[in-house]
Amino acid sequence: MKLELPIYLDNNATTPMDPRVLEAMLPYFTEKFGNAASRNHSFGWVAEEAVDYAREQIAKLINADPKEIIFTSGATEADNLAIKGVYEMYASKGNHIITCTTEHKAVLDTCKHIEKTGGEVTYLDVKEDGLINLAELEKAITPKTILIAIMYGNNETGVVQPVREISKIARKHGVLFFTDATQAVGKIPVDVNADGIDLMAFSGHKMYGPKGVGALYVRRKNPRVKVTAQMDGGGHERGMRSGTLNVPAIVGFGKACELCMNEMESEAKRLSAMRDRLENALMELEETYVNGNREHRLPHTANISFKYVEGEGLMMGFNKNIALSSGSACTSASLEPSYVLKALGLGDDLAHSSLRFGLGRFTTDEQIDFTIKAIKETVIKLREMSPLWEMFKEGVDINAIEWAHH
Amino acid sequence: MAYSEKVIDHYSNPKNVGTLDKAKTNVGTGLVGAPECGDVMRLQIEVDEESGVIRDAKFKTFGCGSAIASSSLATEWLKGKTVDQALSIDNMDIVEELNLPPVKIHCSVLAEDAIKAAINDYRVKNGLPELVAEKKAH
Repeated sequence: MKLELPIYLDNNATTPMDPRVLEAMLPYFTEKFGNAASRNHSFGWVAEEAVDYAREQIAKLINADPKEIIFTSGATEADNLAIKGVYEMYASKGNHIITCTTEHKAVLDTCKHIEKTGGEVTYLDVKEDGLINLAELEKAITPKTILIAIMYGNNETGVVQPVREISKIARKHGVLFFTDATQAVGKIPVDVNADGIDLMAFSGHKMYGPKGVGALYVRRKNPRVKVTAQMDGGGHERGMRSGTLNVPAIVGFGKACELCMNEMESEAKRLSAMRDRLENALMELEETYVNGNREHRLPHTANISFKYVEGEGLMMGFNKNIALSSGSACTSASLEPSYVLKALGLGDDLAHSSLRFGLGRFTTDEQIDFTIKAIKETVIKLREMSPLWEMFKEGVDINAIEWAHH
Repeated sequence: MAYSEKVIDHYSNPKNVGTLDKAKTNVGTGLVGAPECGDVMRLQIEVDEESGVIRDAKFKTFGCGSAIASSSLATEWLKGKTVDQALSIDNMDIVEELNLPPVKIHCSVLAEDAIKAAINDYRVKNGLPELVAEKKAH
């Protein structure tokens, strides 16, 4: 089979939709167009039935009750609803939230918003491998703490936090536990009961479903959790999220969850084998480092720094043929590299030199072979062109040079 | 962000990558930028002592495609110019030639800084006073 270019290795940003998902969705754009909230005619009933079925498919994937699924426009909205909703609903109990520095911006910026309105937020540092320190988490809990918000798997490094240990600590202190599981659901087994999760955000388009749909899982018993609605209107989704349901997208989201459920086990094995092969081959290059814990990690993600070459310059060597993303932020006005990598203690230079590989359902061995070759060649070429590489080879201590920061 | 064809060309076929002997008195070396900022440029000129003409220029750059292209272009422009003529190379000439977008203007500024730093190194080595360059915003 001929290798088709370009190769997509940015599945942590978004995934292509599975054709089987599209097929399930199509009728709900045209003949089955009803509003799921129309209770008085068959058009509404058909739509409602489809939503109920999708809710079951989604709940099943995470071992929840279908009633615990609140549909949103995506994970960002679900993050907002969880954090702001808990903050408002439990205001009489306290105003303190604990999160960590490597969270997605949807969580961090929501927490910053909470701080502006008078709330208190503790941002836990992570260890060098990207994992939080459980003792520090427990120490941060005060009588005013109402929520712990720690992500399941990190979008940049793939590092998977010790969710079960976190939930045990939360339970012990009567604090709710929210997790942004956008990168984890559908990729690794996520079980809201075994994991002790009270609220969880996830999204359709990271698991081969459509964009524009996501969900917030909200626990209904032991304990019964409530969030204050952030969108006022018709009282849809048990009053927690008003707005006409996006029926075709929800149908697709449901189908995507069903496919992940059926294929996850074999797919996770296939992806981690491919990822490891990619990683090991690239690690043959000198001065190459894997960022984040390699054991507690999502199967499809690798984040690698190639010291002495700059990420964006590196990508330019193959971005006609390979799509992936870099921890370098040379294009942003701030010129700040990835805050996630910096939180792991990486110097700016290593953060600038990183690439994130996000493998997916449609990644093939041939694509990985091509990628290994292209990246190795580009790294070698750019190092030949790098003054830092030359200094390193000559034994010059780069940190001892007084650089003119601009 | 799409790169201009000229940037892609310089990136794919960089001109004058390499190292000159910095110990020589007729070689000026400029090293600017910082690893933490994501770009470091080293630009070197070799001056013909009789005529004051830059007969060779080399660079090595750690940075994005635009930084590599800016330094590659700078070495092209330097060759054949006298040291005094080289001082008149302005970063906006580089921006124009390479069609750099606003977020990449700092790459051209860095290249201009590298030229000036190399010339100053050459001047100091040859007993001439250091020139104080106007400071441009990066």
